[in-house]
Amino acid sequence: MSVRQLNRLVPTPDHGRKSMTETNSTVKKLKGKFPSSVSGVETFRDEVNVIVQKKDILEICRFLHSDPDLQYHLLTDLCGVDLFPQTPRFEVVYLLCSMKNKERLRLKARVGEHESISSVESVWKVANWYEREAYDLLGISFENHPDLRRIMMWDGYEGHPLRKDFPVEGPDFDKPFVPEV
Amino acid sequence: MGIETYLEKTPFMPALDWIVNWGRKYSIWPVTFGLACCALEMMVTHIVLDIGRFGSEAFRPSPRQSDVMIVAGTVTKKMAPMITRIYEQMPEPKWVIAFGACACSGGIFKTYSVVQGVDQILPVDFYIPGCPPKPEALLAAWVKLQKKIEKETLADRKDVRGSLELKV
Amino acid sequence: MTINMGPQHPATHGVLRVVLELDGEVIVKAIPHPGHLHRGIEKLAESKTYHQAIPLTDRLDYTNAMGNNLAYVLAVEKLLGIEVPKRAQYLRVMMAELQRIAAHLIWLGTHALDIGAMTLIFYNFREREDILRIFEEVAGGRLTPTYLRIGGVSKDLPEGTEEKIKAFVQAFPDHVKEYETLLTKNIIWLKRTKGVGIISKEDAISWGVTGPTLRGSGVNYDVRKVFPYSSYEEFDFDIPIGSVGDVYDRYIVRLREMEWSNAIVEQALERLPKGPIIANDPRITLPPKDDVLQDIAALIRQFKIVSEGVQAPKGEVYASVEASKGELGFYLVGDGSSHPYRFRIRTPSFANLSALPKMIEGNLIADVISVIGSIDIVLGEIDR
Repeated sequence: MSVRQLNRLVPTPDHGRKSMTETNSTVKKLKGKFPSSVSGVETFRDEVNVIVQKKDILEICRFLHSDPDLQYHLLTDLCGVDLFPQTPRFEVVYLLCSMKNKERLRLKARVGEHESISSVESVWKVANWYEREAYDLLGISFENHPDLRRIMMWDGYEGHPLRKDFPVEGPDFDKPFVPEV
Repeated sequence: MGIETYLEKTPFMPALDWIVNWGRKYSIWPVTFGLACCALEMMVTHIVLDIGRFGSEAFRPSPRQSDVMIVAGTVTKKMAPMITRIYEQMPEPKWVIAFGACACSGGIFKTYSVVQGVDQILPVDFYIPGCPPKPEALLAAWVKLQKKIEKETLADRKDVRGSLELKV
Repeated sequence: MTINMGPQHPATHGVLRVVLELDGEVIVKAIPHPGHLHRGIEKLAESKTYHQAIPLTDRLDYTNAMGNNLAYVLAVEKLLGIEVPKRAQYLRVMMAELQRIAAHLIWLGTHALDIGAMTLIFYNFREREDILRIFEEVAGGRLTPTYLRIGGVSKDLPEGTEEKIKAFVQAFPDHVKEYETLLTKNIIWLKRTKGVGIISKEDAISWGVTGPTLRGSGVNYDVRKVFPYSSYEEFDFDIPIGSVGDVYDRYIVRLREMEWSNAIVEQALERLPKGPIIANDPRITLPPKDDVLQDIAALIRQFKIVSEGVQAPKGEVYASVEASKGELGFYLVGDGSSHPYRFRIRTPSFANLSALPKMIEGNLIADVISVIGSIDIVLGEIDR
């Protein structure tokens, strides 16, 4: 097909994509299966955030992954947010995507500073590196992670840079830098 | 380069200097050290602007075969030990060009993991500012480097001998 | 035997360290060690206003600067709830697709160079110079243009640029044919890329792979079609899909993507609407410079926007685009002030690289270079 034949206005097709406010079916199913875990549902700018308890995160993720109607096979992102000085201090955010239903869902779980949350590496393999990064930069520890060690900073670095009480320039900015060869 | 550490000042020095410097300045071989975005502009100098006409056709991957190290891109604290190790592997005479704002002084990244300029860990001969600099700026630095090499003399290299004593 | 493919290597496309454990020539285990270019962009952006963080996004994936700008600016516009005028959307699409062509040209040149076909890189960089000249005319910068602003674009197309883009678009399909004659049916290329670095559909999705690497395995997932943004639903283009998931399929997918990007730029150029190029919102757009120099109200507005920035509401958004490497997304948490509270960048190369051990275990050591080249990683994106 030549490029000239492509020059026609195509009517806006409906890709069957639901806006995030209509993920009520996902939220309804979650609330039905895990009534005690879902502590809140928020909507902001067409996006649905579901706040869950950290102790059930692995079962919730397994359910969302394997349910034949929902099929959240793609873990788009896993990150942590530091909410210092609130307690519990950290919030782990999971952004899931279902290619079949063309929709996204965000799960959030609060984790305290010296607590840990279950790793979801058994559900989505990509969580391996995401959780390592959250551990490195924020200090959130994940249970049952096969290889939890630093990924961005070098081994032996002290401190977790992305925390709110860590300065941007680093703690030793005024001293000259000497590399150890 | 071993012999020049034993030379004394003779009347033939200027002629010898001229020949040796002529050879050195028209065949400067850089070691590929592109770290970040500036590496792409360095590649453009090599491929589009043909730095080969200045004699630097070969960008050697191995430091043992190269003369100049163009540090193009941000130097992080995790990468700094490797840079020093590669610099030490280069044989004399060697020069360093800091290409780009990040290599000159840290650039826009004043953070916990960025070395604020590669001159904190290496002696730099030329600084090329820009984010990223235009590839023609690298050619301008090349011409200046050639002029700098012209002015060198073999008698200066005697002090190199002391630093080359084998550390056992 | 354990080999260290060190951070300084001509074929790792940046500073990537891969530790390989070999049994003869077959790779038993591969462990990538990223982090040598970690510059702390996420932390740095938390101390900047929303406008000041736009140049930081240029430096993430430095081969795809316009796409990074687009992703970030879409996220901020979603957070603030701003509508972008049509002309600005079309200009954004045009620039993003031109940038995609430039990024794929770099990929093709360096990938072929690594495998041994050294001729291609000269032609690719020659085409890329045309695109960079267009960017320099429009935005002022070649590699890091920082062309987009919150609410639109910064400058309109100057005189003569449309003709240059038209000339490029008409000449480009012949160039792609040139590249194909060099590689596609070349027996050496086929032997080095067919059946190498295979990843199946289920594995690719589980390892979070997106972009041409995922489409090479046969999964039809492109953010431009699934979650359209910036008027992409008004353009007519197809998504090339592979079948096996090896290096050759990804090569074909990216070649076809270059052709389709060319078609999109041609459509955008022909249907470019007239109108404003930035949203007329006094909180975010700077007033015209003449007014600033004469009118006190415009001066105050300029001062407030530049020094204080725009106050974002409390909330969080995620906006993503289809960058040349995959799905690039920004997760912004606003807390009512003019600085982002959390600036999270979801980069495609991070997830693609985490799937590298799956792709090369069991292959020969010479295939590592082909596979790393075919995933098309950029370390600036992985390490941020």
